[in-house]
Amino acid sequence: MTLSNYQLTHATEIETDNGTVEIALEQLRGIVSDDAFTGDTMLLNMGPQHPSTHGVLRLMLELDGEEIIRCLPDIGFLHTGIEKNMEAKTYEKALVMTDRLDYLNNLGNNLTYCMAIEKIAELDVPLRAQYVRVLLTELQRISSHLIWLGTHILDLGATSLFLYTFREREYILDIFEACSGQRMMTNYFRPGGLWRDLPDNFEQMVHDFLDYMPGKIDDYERILTKNPIFIERTKNIGLIPVEKAINWNLTGPSLRGSGVNFDIRKAYPYSSYDHFNFDIPLGSNGDVYDRYLIRMEEMRQSLRIVKQALDNLPDGPFRSDDRKYVPPPRSELGTSMEAVIHHFKLWTEGFKLPKGEVYVSTESPKGELGVYLVSDGGTKPWRVHWRTPSFVNLQSIGWVSEGYMVSDLVGIIGSIDIVLGDCDR
Amino acid sequence: MADPLAVANTIKEKFPEAVVEIIEFRGEVTVVVAPEVLLDIARFCKETEGLEFNHMADLSAVDYWPDKPRFAVNYVLRSMIYGHMIRLKVYLPEAQPVIDSLTSIWAGANWPEREAWDMFGIKFEGHPNPRRILMPFDWTGHPQRKDYPLGYEEVQFSFNYDRVQAKKPHPED
Repeated sequence: MTLSNYQLTHATEIETDNGTVEIALEQLRGIVSDDAFTGDTMLLNMGPQHPSTHGVLRLMLELDGEEIIRCLPDIGFLHTGIEKNMEAKTYEKALVMTDRLDYLNNLGNNLTYCMAIEKIAELDVPLRAQYVRVLLTELQRISSHLIWLGTHILDLGATSLFLYTFREREYILDIFEACSGQRMMTNYFRPGGLWRDLPDNFEQMVHDFLDYMPGKIDDYERILTKNPIFIERTKNIGLIPVEKAINWNLTGPSLRGSGVNFDIRKAYPYSSYDHFNFDIPLGSNGDVYDRYLIRMEEMRQSLRIVKQALDNLPDGPFRSDDRKYVPPPRSELGTSMEAVIHHFKLWTEGFKLPKGEVYVSTESPKGELGVYLVSDGGTKPWRVHWRTPSFVNLQSIGWVSEGYMVSDLVGIIGSIDIVLGDCDR
Repeated sequence: MADPLAVANTIKEKFPEAVVEIIEFRGEVTVVVAPEVLLDIARFCKETEGLEFNHMADLSAVDYWPDKPRFAVNYVLRSMIYGHMIRLKVYLPEAQPVIDSLTSIWAGANWPEREAWDMFGIKFEGHPNPRRILMPFDWTGHPQRKDYPLGYEEVQFSFNYDRVQAKKPHPED
């Protein structure tokens, strides 16, 4: 008896609040091909505890031998209701939840949410804060790409690089810790600017990192770019044609790997990205190898932006002085009654935003990170919708992986670069 | 880059009855359209020369409960060729939140539509795989609706003391 026949005859029943639900292969009719019912193809469950699924992604594979006929992603294991929870908090308190979305791009999430609030409130951000935001989110991009590189290569069998990338990432996390007090859950950008000004040793730390990092990226490339085993595992694997990439709403390196020149930082410059010189690396083939090359080049470009931002970092206030949205400095609280009132109002009731709806997007390391914010005029967001790159990019994995081997699939998952916290929200 | 307001007017010229309202807020243009013709308007947006919205940036649902009409679905469209963006919005009544699926036009609408069904109970007709996506398949209700409780423990005051006490696991303690 084949596996599928076994499942057909042995339906399991589970008790739920809605009564008994019967789980059988019959439910998969129409989702998998008919061959699965005769036993000609095999259904294989991959995940959600599989180490190469980068978290809790479950893939149901229909296999003919080792070839993937169908790949059905099943997500939601990390669904934490962040959107719903944000609706129950004031704008400033809901900011804490944003760190938990894509836990490799915390500052980018903070930035997107703050930009949405600033857009509705028409709040101006001082130039210094804008530059610091650019600088830190670019560092975040490098750190996210480092994790991607380490885990992606680990899946493909190179263990040592994983340790190297995590070593380099520590330098970035040290910078974040010096700024915000936290390595990962930074919560450093606030509506109107930053939580506090940069620490004294900030410039030195970033300078040290800028001296240290380029050689390390060269080291990674020396290990991988011309490595025949790596090329064998990645070239012409996971091809994404241009038309399909656009039609499936891919963004980020997954889209640029196919040669589409689209980057939110260039197309709709935000937070004074138009002050900086940087290039958008593009692929030509749209395979796993191209997406690898793009991310390596993006790290170098990010270092370029960081250097420019650090050299031209303007002096001045680090947050807006609009007291309706931004708390007054601690020093004013002892002398100004008005400051005390503002402080009290902001930390109890929170600020009120004008009624309206905006969509704001930024370029996260994984693609377009958008937030759709609906304000009803009160102190809490009426609706916060996150357009997360992992969620939108992951839906393509079904057709991207069709026709490849199971061993190629781990490379494809890695090359799309997902974070399940971002995907399931 | 075409002016989004001009794009909205192009849509209004083509579908004078279907366009209910054009809203401009903070530089973003929203075209509120009638749900029956959404599919035609979406196809018009994608295929007309000069508009060519080939990328659906975002799909989100909103619950305006207790206001009426209760639900809205927003489609943020973008042209990667010209760079302009526009938002289509449809309002759906509480009794029958049904709308045509746009997966035939932008394949990437697939999962966002499933999410809107899962979280708000909005049905997308013609969707190739209309199942829940984030919640378990046997879940009851649609969690992001405004009348769906968040699940806090109710705080016990004097006015609701007995009611909360009765719900405790060991009321006699």
